[in-house]
Amino acid sequence: MFFASVKLTIYTLVLLVLTSIIGTVVLQNASPEAYIRLYGPGLYNMIQVLDLDRMYQAWWYLLLMVVLCVNIVVCSIDRLSVTWKIIFPKKLSINPQRFEKTKNRQQFECQLPMDHIASKAKQVIARRAGKVVEKTDEKGLLLYAEKGRWSRLGVYVVHSSVLMLLAGALIGSALGFKANLRLDEGQAADTVFDTHTRLPIKLPFTVRCNDFQVKFYDTGAPDEFKSSLTILENNQESFSEDILVNHPLRYKGINIFQASYGASTPDEALFEITDSETGTIETQTIKNGGVVQLPAGAGTFTFEGFLPHYDFNGHDLGEAFIGRLDTTPGRNIQIALPTKFPTFDKMRKGRFTVEVKSWDHAYYTGLQVTKDPGVPFVYTGFLLMIIGCWVTFFVSHQSVCIGLEQTGSGSTRVWVAGRANRNAQSTNLTVKKLVKELKDVSGK
Amino acid sequence: MNSSLLLSAATFIYALASVFYIGSFSFKKQAFARLGFWVIVIGLMANTGGILLRWVESYHMGYGHAPFSNMYESLVFFSWTVAALYVFVEIKYTESIIGVFVSPLIFLGIAYASFDPSITSKITPLIPALKSNWLIAHVITCFLGYAGFALAFGFSFMYFIKPKDPEARRLFAKLPDWDTIDELTYQMIVFGFLFLTIGIITGAVWANSAWGKYWSWDPKETWSLITWFIYAIFLHLRLMRGWHGKNLAIVSIIGFLGVMFTYFGVNFLLSGLHSYA
Repeated sequence: MFFASVKLTIYTLVLLVLTSIIGTVVLQNASPEAYIRLYGPGLYNMIQVLDLDRMYQAWWYLLLMVVLCVNIVVCSIDRLSVTWKIIFPKKLSINPQRFEKTKNRQQFECQLPMDHIASKAKQVIARRAGKVVEKTDEKGLLLYAEKGRWSRLGVYVVHSSVLMLLAGALIGSALGFKANLRLDEGQAADTVFDTHTRLPIKLPFTVRCNDFQVKFYDTGAPDEFKSSLTILENNQESFSEDILVNHPLRYKGINIFQASYGASTPDEALFEITDSETGTIETQTIKNGGVVQLPAGAGTFTFEGFLPHYDFNGHDLGEAFIGRLDTTPGRNIQIALPTKFPTFDKMRKGRFTVEVKSWDHAYYTGLQVTKDPGVPFVYTGFLLMIIGCWVTFFVSHQSVCIGLEQTGSGSTRVWVAGRANRNAQSTNLTVKKLVKELKDVSGK
Repeated sequence: MNSSLLLSAATFIYALASVFYIGSFSFKKQAFARLGFWVIVIGLMANTGGILLRWVESYHMGYGHAPFSNMYESLVFFSWTVAALYVFVEIKYTESIIGVFVSPLIFLGIAYASFDPSITSKITPLIPALKSNWLIAHVITCFLGYAGFALAFGFSFMYFIKPKDPEARRLFAKLPDWDTIDELTYQMIVFGFLFLTIGIITGAVWANSAWGKYWSWDPKETWSLITWFIYAIFLHLRLMRGWHGKNLAIVSIIGFLGVMFTYFGVNFLLSGLHSYA
């Protein structure tokens, strides 16, 4: 049957390897303009047809995953009945022939009568390998013990963990979301915007940012940033919590993460306006959006806004105030006042020079808001995967057998051999130790 | 005595060990390999000392974090895990000459950290995203995985050097038999696979607590998954399709190329969230 073959597994995995590479090379989830700029319109058409711009959600990529899952399910069902019979046999049959050709088989003669050595051998094997099954045949006595029968189930655990992970991922993508939220200090919101679709999502509560703090190392790199948040329900404060990177707030299935921060637009600032013709200097506090008269009635100045990152010929000059100078009829220019370069406006060489003297530093906090009801399934899958891999690769179904044959009135031939479904090394070691102990007790 | 001094010493000691192992291979002298082993043990001690001292130094500088925060530190730790795992394997399997292709890898890791001018060895403070208890668990498990795969790669390489012809075999008489190489490669890949699995999982759990998403198809994540797939193919080929020997060795080598790309390629060629190392 097609879906029961390991060949299919291997081909599917090879295809997954090859196709997964594409998504790390081709830009993902970007705007059409970005693709056209990078690849040109021809290639962009092809990218769109094959969904390469959101490859990991493309139907054909998901189809590969589905094939893998069906393959896993069919293979597991196909093999489980056989494995089950091995693990829970109706009757344990001991077949000494199965131990005849094992590489680790050792044999020696001991100068003890058979029943004498048999009782000692029973103790030795019971100590090493657990419950002992005895069998007498025409040649003599067989002592058989085994362990780790259940470990044959490990591989099914691994494969079911893959299904569990994918089920969790499916639940997450169907019922969850990932959104961004930007809050100024003091601001509150109950609606967030999906990162990909930009559609609004209403939260079951309101989040307020009370305060934002950022600490820097002496190297200038950020050390820690922290938002103090309050959750409000029905206009009542429920609780407050500080969140940091790696320390999110989780409430009602929704997680709020500290993602980024930046300077927010100040309400007002102190501007200094210099008239180079008359030498007059005026300082004024202007509210955001406010307009003031220029010296000598030459026009007006407007405080138009604030940018956290001002781009000057491709360079990020950081925070900047944006203003507008409206002088005598027709002359109307927008000016940028980067706070890191107070005398920046002098370079414009105009009649009026504007400088920002002081303002209230305020921050906005960039939060990531997510909901993923699939996480418990995914985490269960993770756990099963680790346990399953451990059992599959490091625990084996081992059986050891000691055969005793009377060769004379006071001598017995002893053989010891072991088998395992994997990890032969450790079985060989068990056999070696058994032989050593048997030789010890038989006085050799 | 400071950490950079100890780590430079470790670099040169590992270089010496590689010389002994390669010498033992070229001149068919088992004694060189014995010597090489002890030199690696000394190198490993210097390497361990260097890492611990660097940890202490970061506390003296007021940053206080485990030395797993950038490319330099990760390369030093890579060499450490490969060396430690190799020493363990050589003791357990008592095959000494198998270090011939592994010892140069140990040396190259730490040497690359010291000699590439674009890799800074300065102790820097931890960026907020890395401040988590998951850092240590994630880095250690991933690198144990990488170490297993590196050893498997070193062993697989022997298939392309060791001649099948019995006449020529005399020259390489000291190399272990094919069964042993096959078994060792498999054991190392199983070890690497378990730890890569745990490494990816700790990374996912960490990402979920730092960014709210356990999987974002970031290039580092995707490439680690690709690597995981390649070794899954290896395991299925060996356990279910009975592959062995040279063909399987090729899969192991492809797998290690995947590891290398996950480790270096992603950082140098692609951009993403995982930009520290």
